[in-house]
Amino acid sequence: MKTIYLDHSATTPALPEVVQTMIPYLREQYGNASSIYRIGRESRKSVEEARRQVANLIGAEPEEIFFTSGGTEADNMAIFGVVAACGEKGKHIITTRMEHHAILHPCEQLEKRGYDVTYLNPDPKGLLRVEDIKKAIRADTFLISIMHVNNEVGTIQPIEEIGLIAREKGIIFHTDAVQSVGKIPVDVKKLGVDLMSLSAHKIYGPKGIGALFIRRNTTIDPFIFGGGQERKRRPGTENVPGIVGFGKAAEIAQRDLPADMERITYLRDKLIDGILSSIPYTQLNGDRQKRIPNNANFSFRFVEGESLLLMLDMKNIAASSGSACTSGSTDPSHVLLAMGIPFEIAFGSLRFTLGKENTEEDIDYVLKVLPLIVERLRAMSPTTIQGQNGGDNKKEGTLCTTR
Amino acid sequence: MYNEIIMDHFQNPRNVGESSRKDGVGQVGSPVCGDTTMIYLDIEESRIQDIKFKTLGCAAAIASSSMLTEMVKGKTLEEAKRVSTQDIVSALGGLPEAKVHCSVLAGDALKAAIEDYEKKQNKE
Ligand SMILES: Cc1ncc(COP(=O)(O)O)c(C=O)c1O
Ligand code: FES
Repeated sequence: MKTIYLDHSATTPALPEVVQTMIPYLREQYGNASSIYRIGRESRKSVEEARRQVANLIGAEPEEIFFTSGGTEADNMAIFGVVAACGEKGKHIITTRMEHHAILHPCEQLEKRGYDVTYLNPDPKGLLRVEDIKKAIRADTFLISIMHVNNEVGTIQPIEEIGLIAREKGIIFHTDAVQSVGKIPVDVKKLGVDLMSLSAHKIYGPKGIGALFIRRNTTIDPFIFGGGQERKRRPGTENVPGIVGFGKAAEIAQRDLPADMERITYLRDKLIDGILSSIPYTQLNGDRQKRIPNNANFSFRFVEGESLLLMLDMKNIAASSGSACTSGSTDPSHVLLAMGIPFEIAFGSLRFTLGKENTEEDIDYVLKVLPLIVERLRAMSPTTIQGQNGGDNKKEGTLCTTR
Repeated sequence: MYNEIIMDHFQNPRNVGESSRKDGVGQVGSPVCGDTTMIYLDIEESRIQDIKFKTLGCAAAIASSSMLTEMVKGKTLEEAKRVSTQDIVSALGGLPEAKVHCSVLAGDALKAAIEDYEKKQNKE
């Protein structure tokens, strides 16, 4: 039986067209893009074409795109690069508690080196309050890093408004757009960001390739050193097959965006409505409106996430629970906890992220299978809805919310 | 991540539910992850005549509880007390390091159920 893949925020399958575009660069077209002979020059040409394709997708200039080994490196390059360039002038960074670890862990490193970091909490719907950012800004704040779309609950943050504030105060503004690009329109000018992280494998491109958008005249230094590639900002022989694949994926993402958004939103809404109406003691996590088209994140009371995932896996459904990127960990998601969702609710969370290849039959199948799985796990649970086993009946009843 | 024995006990857990008399009941929450296991014992002449469990937890917690109930069913309380976490892990054919606490949870729930029974006995 085929796998019903509903974990597109973890990664996506590379599209056949993307793979086709890459293959020559792994075989006959293997030249180093810095070499002056023909196969070198052709690699260079293809890299620059891909740079244009990626730039187009986010409304940037090709010279503002710097290829990296992925989203994680782009995030690190943004944070450490700005620190290297303006560390003397500033001491304070503002970010959020719902960031990906690729931002949180670099910030923790900086705290060890004596920087101050303010971690803002989102509201219970997973949205940042612009007011909180205003209040957090200090005279020595030199960097704000806030994700465009959260990877777990799919909420879209008010980047444009934050961009205006950052610009007014002259603070460098970075956004991790790994989860928004290719899912909603993204335009660096409109958003007013100086730095933006991208990753190819979330948009049906290959793994291990990404980019950092650096607005012209942004104060940032390299954080690794070597050859002169990527205009010395990111040295190392270019991953030509990866870059070319990323470019193709970006071009397709731009072409397909309106149609994909419409189709996937329809399927996602069917999934959300179906689950909320068929499984009691269930809530949708994250704002229902301000979210990307493909994300549905639920909490089921009296159920634990890992058991749920394994049961779904036995039915050939791939989804995720907690933070996808820290595999093997069953800690409740730091994002849900930052939203103020109680531990026992965060504990039974499940994220479905839809993609291009999902069909209505896939959603119907999930809607058929999931209620039975939740019911089965709840029957096994010592704290049940009826509170039969000494659980506080009334308290349980009021704690639970639907919708 | 999990071997076949664990997956089997997870998919087809043995002795799920509540025993009929509930002579001893133990509920333990894991301080590590918040998972909860409950064990119910029916005791006949210091022997575990029936044992059932309920778990709100990960696959390893469910499999550990299931395995433990099979291991101690029919044993005397003294024998059951001697079953260690290591015994559960071995019977399951090994657990990933981060999941060893799940077997501790099952073992602790059994101990709590036996203590509950003994306390009730002493009162009578
Ligand atoms: C928001 C966000 N940032 C960064 C990353 C890391 O990207 P990559 O896997 O390309 O390193 C991810 C994906 O895991 C992500 O979801
Ligand atoms: S993760 Fe805690 S009991 Fe398994």
